[in-house]
Amino acid sequence: MAASSERSPPPFPDSEEPELLEDSDEGADAFTGTSISEMDSPSPDSTRPPKDIFNEPPEDIFSDPLSNINPEPQKKVDTKIPSPSSDEAVDLFSEPLDDDSEVMSSPEVQNPMPDLLNEPVEAPKSDVLCEPPVHKNAARQQDFFEDPPKGSNNSSSSVKKAASAELFGDDEDEEDLFKETPKVVTKKPQPSGPPVDVFTEVKSDVKVKPQVKDDPTDMFTEEALTAPAQKPPASSSSSSRTNGVHSEEQDLFSEATVELSLDSPLNDRKKKDAVKPSLSAPAASVASSSSKAPSKTLEELEEEESEDKFDLNISVTNPEKVGDGMNAYMAYKVSTQTSLTMFRSKTFTVRRRFSDFLGLYEKLSEKHSQNGYIVPPPPEKSILGMTKVKVGKEDPSSAEFVERRRAALERYLQRVVCHPSLLQDPDVREFLEKEELPRAVSTQALSGAGFLKMLNKATDAVSKMTIKMNEQDVWFDEKIQDVENEEQHMRKLHVMVESLVNHRKELSGNTAVFAKSVAMLGSSEDNTALSRALSQLAEVEDRIEQLHQEQASNDFFTFSELLADYIRLLGAVKGCFDQRMKAWQRWQDAENMLQKKREAEAKLLWANKPDKLQQAKDEIAEWEAKVTQYEREFERISATVRKEVIRFDKEKARDFKRQIVKYLESLLNSQQQLIKYWEAFLPEAKAIA
Amino acid sequence: KIYEPEVHSDRRKWRMRSVSVDLNNDASLVIDIPDALCERDKVKFTVHTKTTLSSFQKPEFSVPRQHEDFIWLHDTIVETEEYAGFIIPPAPPKPDFEGPREKMHKLGEGESSMTKEEYAKMKQELEAEYLAVFKKTVQVHEVFLQRLSSHPMFRKDRNFQIFLEYDQDLSVRRKNAKEMFGGFFKNMVKSADEVLISGVKEVDEFFEQEKNFLLDYSIKIKDATAKAEKMTRSHKNVADDYNHISGALNNTAADNNTAFKNMCVLQKVEDRMASDQELKLTELLRYYTRDIQAAKDLLYRRARALADYENSNKALDKARLKGKDVAQAEENQKQCLQKFDKLSESGKKELTSFKARRVVAFRKNLIEMTELEIKHAKNSVSLLQGSIEILKSN
Repeated sequence: MAASSERSPPPFPDSEEPELLEDSDEGADAFTGTSISEMDSPSPDSTRPPKDIFNEPPEDIFSDPLSNINPEPQKKVDTKIPSPSSDEAVDLFSEPLDDDSEVMSSPEVQNPMPDLLNEPVEAPKSDVLCEPPVHKNAARQQDFFEDPPKGSNNSSSSVKKAASAELFGDDEDEEDLFKETPKVVTKKPQPSGPPVDVFTEVKSDVKVKPQVKDDPTDMFTEEALTAPAQKPPASSSSSSRTNGVHSEEQDLFSEATVELSLDSPLNDRKKKDAVKPSLSAPAASVASSSSKAPSKTLEELEEEESEDKFDLNISVTNPEKVGDGMNAYMAYKVSTQTSLTMFRSKTFTVRRRFSDFLGLYEKLSEKHSQNGYIVPPPPEKSILGMTKVKVGKEDPSSAEFVERRRAALERYLQRVVCHPSLLQDPDVREFLEKEELPRAVSTQALSGAGFLKMLNKATDAVSKMTIKMNEQDVWFDEKIQDVENEEQHMRKLHVMVESLVNHRKELSGNTAVFAKSVAMLGSSEDNTALSRALSQLAEVEDRIEQLHQEQASNDFFTFSELLADYIRLLGAVKGCFDQRMKAWQRWQDAENMLQKKREAEAKLLWANKPDKLQQAKDEIAEWEAKVTQYEREFERISATVRKEVIRFDKEKARDFKRQIVKYLESLLNSQQQLIKYWEAFLPEAKAIA
Repeated sequence: KIYEPEVHSDRRKWRMRSVSVDLNNDASLVIDIPDALCERDKVKFTVHTKTTLSSFQKPEFSVPRQHEDFIWLHDTIVETEEYAGFIIPPAPPKPDFEGPREKMHKLGEGESSMTKEEYAKMKQELEAEYLAVFKKTVQVHEVFLQRLSSHPMFRKDRNFQIFLEYDQDLSVRRKNAKEMFGGFFKNMVKSADEVLISGVKEVDEFFEQEKNFLLDYSIKIKDATAKAEKMTRSHKNVADDYNHISGALNNTAADNNTAFKNMCVLQKVEDRMASDQELKLTELLRYYTRDIQAAKDLLYRRARALADYENSNKALDKARLKGKDVAQAEENQKQCLQKFDKLSESGKKELTSFKARRVVAFRKNLIEMTELEIKHAKNSVSLLQGSIEILKSN
């Protein structure tokens, strides 16, 4: 596909690219497969947008409204692919109805009705009636539509020129439009309401096209880069435009609907081409887009920050034992250095104890993991290690434990603040800034084995649910598998590195013992030169012992701990998938419930019991709302998880590369030292005579 | 199906580098083992001799010999009264292929659970280990013969010449259980005797010194050997870990493949480092542990002779007192003195040359080991630098 070849890799980690390409290809295939037969696309570009929209998480926001607008056309299209214009016609016919209901934001009876009963009947009819005008209208509308906004709105005209700016502009408009739609929704009773709504959607549709001409992948980053700057003007202009458009071009609305329906079936098919019962999505789409818009801009902001590699240095230092006996605990100095304006000063220091770190995680996890965020997990509680610290005085193993934990806490905090959304969390700020924190309670649940158990439980739940969930999204399907495999590998690798650490420590110990033994041998040797050489050898071995020891701690801190961190993080990633799965499950349950309610209603109709009908209708309305809400939530969490996982992968690649280079450098250093030592020894050996 | 390594039936050839001692400096009798064949638990060495000595029928010949033949040769020399005044080269230790063989077996069992690459890698690794043991075994056997051939007395030994020349299977009888026990018992007696005669006052300061030195040295070198063995073993473990890690990394990060392949090579370097350390240092120490034991045996024999002499003196005194068998006692005393003097004389020579030999061998091995350490470390450095560059560039 042309679009895919245009993709520029930079925004994505290398490993991601193939998958994305695959995705897009599939999407494209699905698309072209049907589009050719069914669509005399009014503008050449319009063939592409849906596909691209689809593949980019942020674009889901656009496609949401579109795809949700009307599921029915989709069905019809499916049944009548041979006649290209028929679906358009049908759409023309049915759409206004739907739009009405949509605007009312509470799904109406009309919705289920066509769905269940009327569709097949209605479709042919409309087919016959409306076919010719549709074509014309569609084409004409396109022109119309593109012109006025261009004239009235800068951002929309710029669309055609500068790619990135335009992308961004669209994006913003979109959001703003959607922000506005709720207003429109409230004006529901007015006759002009529905058309406006439709129109905004159409507009969004049209605007998507230029994006497609452009490089789709870039959208992601570029919009992010430019977003904050352009935001305020965009919102005002778009709102005025919407008003203007809707007053001036009333007659277009019907055509606009056609436009809309052209795309929506496509989107729909792709998105839920499986067995999804039709929804009365429009209301949801409006709501979801409006609710999503602000959160998305926030994300953009964050994205930008992360690109800047925000200026925030956190270090955890000075572990200190506070108190005595079993009530003793370790307190750490958490120092922050930043130029971010969200903090009160540039440098500040607080003292935190281990349970505070756990408490922070708990708070963050409570708030964010259900939304599909990967909340970095803190190091596990270690009762054994801590008890040693509490009891033991100056035991090297407890010193190592403290250092290990300190380093782990530091990495943990760095990961937290590296996460753009978590950084915004007031609890994080409080943790870093506030002098006194309320004592974290119930962190016991997170202690050592408990924490692992929790993760395992989540893992089990995921695997169980995978069976139930027929994964529609190839990306997720693969990713879940990847994460699973990766975790396996990491665990294996971790075991090996641990054994390396132990063996090297052993080697270090044995070298030390050997050095002593050689020194003794040297002292017994009666040949002076040989004796000297042997004691030199002992010294060399002593140094090598030091080297091994240092290397063992490098093995541990740069390599083994990295793996341990990522095993924990992968657990968190799996938790995200789990959350998504849960959202899906909730949605499906609601869907089933709705189905049941509708069946009940049909029965009532059949049995002619009008007294209970109203109640049934109310219930249906209630469940429809729930379904849309849950679906929306699912879409949102999917998008978030996806974004999070991509971010995680990127971070991981960077982290690993950095750490492995660091590790190899430590090995290199050891070897260089080794050369030095032996080279110094060589003349001694040669001096033996 | 149990995995049978090819090495078992493979003929492996290599150029010999005399490692533990500098021998073969006399061109009139040059011995080496150019080839060995390993069959199950038997190792057949090809002993190749090149000589200008007239006592041999041909100037050059090769014969097949087994480890047991070497032991037989050693035992006959030890038992020869004539050689009591010499340090008898220590017998080569029994070939021990248990380690690698057991691993081979495990590999065969685990074949189904491993990926092809893992299996091939393991196999390769094992074969390398097997070869290393094999090489070492051949070497100690060769050194034993070279020590004999370079000694002015042993080289003329009849049994030694038969060992070198007789082109049929020597088919020496394996020691039976009784003899084994007898040998063990003899050792016990010897140890007890050693304690007994340690009370005998040393008349010669040289031997007194030498005795103290050797006793002390043998304890120290035994200790050092054990420690060195431990060290090389743990070094090998580290090398093994590298190997596993590089394998796992290869699986994990496909994109950084080249960097991790280097890691794999790194393992080989580390492994080589460990084996060379083992070969150059541990083997040296091991050899000298045995050699010092041989020197101590010489001292024992001399001390025994001294004790005998003193006893004969006492017996002579007694005989004179009683006036009986005086002539016989005098004869006995004279013989004992002669024997003792002879032992002292050759022993002094032997111990002096032993010292020189030891210093030379230590020097050689330490230099070689150091050079190898440097070489391997340099290899590692360049490998690591390569890996880091690759990682940094992509």
